[in-house]
Amino acid sequence: MGLAKRIIPCLDVEGGRVVKGVQFVDIRDAGDPVEVAKRYDQQGADEITFLDITASHEGRDTTIHMVEAIAEQVFIPLTVGGGIRAIEDIRNMLNAGADKVSINSAAITNPEFVREAAEKFGSQCIVIAIDAKKVSKDGEANKWEIFTHGGRKPTGIDAVEWAIKMTGYGAGEVLLTSMDKDGVKTGFDIELTRAISDAVNVPVIASGGVGNLQHLADGVTEGKADAVLAASIFHFGEHTVGEAKAFMAEQGIEVRL
Amino acid sequence: MSSKICAVIDYGMGNLHSASKALEHVSKNTQVIVTSDPETILKADHVVLPGVGAMRDCMGEILRLGVDQVVAEVAKTKPLLGICVGMQAMMDHSEENGGVECLKYFPGKVQFFGDNLIETQGTQNGEKLKVPHMGWNQVQQVAHPMWQKIEDNSRFYFVHSYYVTAENEQHIQGRGHYGKDFVAAIGQDNVFAVQFHPEKSHTAGLQLLENFLNWDGQA
Repeated sequence: MGLAKRIIPCLDVEGGRVVKGVQFVDIRDAGDPVEVAKRYDQQGADEITFLDITASHEGRDTTIHMVEAIAEQVFIPLTVGGGIRAIEDIRNMLNAGADKVSINSAAITNPEFVREAAEKFGSQCIVIAIDAKKVSKDGEANKWEIFTHGGRKPTGIDAVEWAIKMTGYGAGEVLLTSMDKDGVKTGFDIELTRAISDAVNVPVIASGGVGNLQHLADGVTEGKADAVLAASIFHFGEHTVGEAKAFMAEQGIEVRL
Repeated sequence: MSSKICAVIDYGMGNLHSASKALEHVSKNTQVIVTSDPETILKADHVVLPGVGAMRDCMGEILRLGVDQVVAEVAKTKPLLGICVGMQAMMDHSEENGGVECLKYFPGKVQFFGDNLIETQGTQNGEKLKVPHMGWNQVQQVAHPMWQKIEDNSRFYFVHSYYVTAENEQHIQGRGHYGKDFVAAIGQDNVFAVQFHPEKSHTAGLQLLENFLNWDGQA
């Protein structure tokens, strides 16, 4: 008996539609977020994370309606990230049926926002999203820095120190993305994942770089992640969430089957 | 046939959307109402006491709105379901926020998992455990109508940093383990309460909510 490691499919959404193409083998129009969420739910996903890349204000209202529609049919935890900048944004998402919100750049601009959010809504629904890149050279001690704007803009903030600070401010979970590995499909940055997981006392979700099922297992066994997040290996029908869980279970990892 | 009513008590703490949507999803002839109105709650056939957030704020609102008296009245006769902090509020005392007196429906207390929680059994023996206890964990059932059609040791979704221990073994209806043994479900007569979130626990959770709406309050 023990807590299961979680597998979390991640969807990019824009204006209430899933973007970056999600192609399940037997679904044609996979842009409908409700259909996609239901499919992952049926496959045994432990949670679903939505990353809202909508720029316009009107588009964000559409995202709220999307969350409402999903929350009426999918009864597992839902996290929404992207564009969460104010207390009002959090309230809107939670009222729509999200269980957690992830805060990224707004925390860098104003760290107190995380403290205020955790005090108001509880740590359990505040996720700190950290996008980090390795900045140390070969032979030097490992060092990772926080980057914004899709990994283009350095902030000078040390990733491990930032994780400690933000969880101290009340963030109840860390969503950690390696900007070096994101989209590369060569596996998580294991050293980064382990460094953050060892440094904080809250659950850490590893993200960025999953290309096969072994990568997911490595994130847990070597990276010490409490949950693993992936997008493309699930989106294109390469693997189902169920297959990923069966694979992890074979390696002795406790999962919800 | 007039439909039955399930009241979800709204005392301003947290998101009640999920609980009410999940109840609506499983209800066949039950109307789900989110309310803080004592009259509506006392007229309902089934009552849910949810709860999210810190205990001091929760108990503060419960007392300010007179929800304690309504719950005491409901607990005498109607099927009542406590969820998460709603369950913790039914205990004697919580050590959260420097110590908070609770509703004292069940003898027992609510304690912090601790900053240095180590697993002592199973596949994760010796591992340091994160707090909050967040995710899907197993519940070992004690025979009760609320567990109908749910396999023993099914996993439910938990999010909590404080855990319940009960003084009376007879009250324990489900056991969980995370570094230490804790009470995952507690109940007596027509009252049942769970530490996990059935509204977020997929088919097992929905089945529990359906069982609740079908429950006549007899253990």
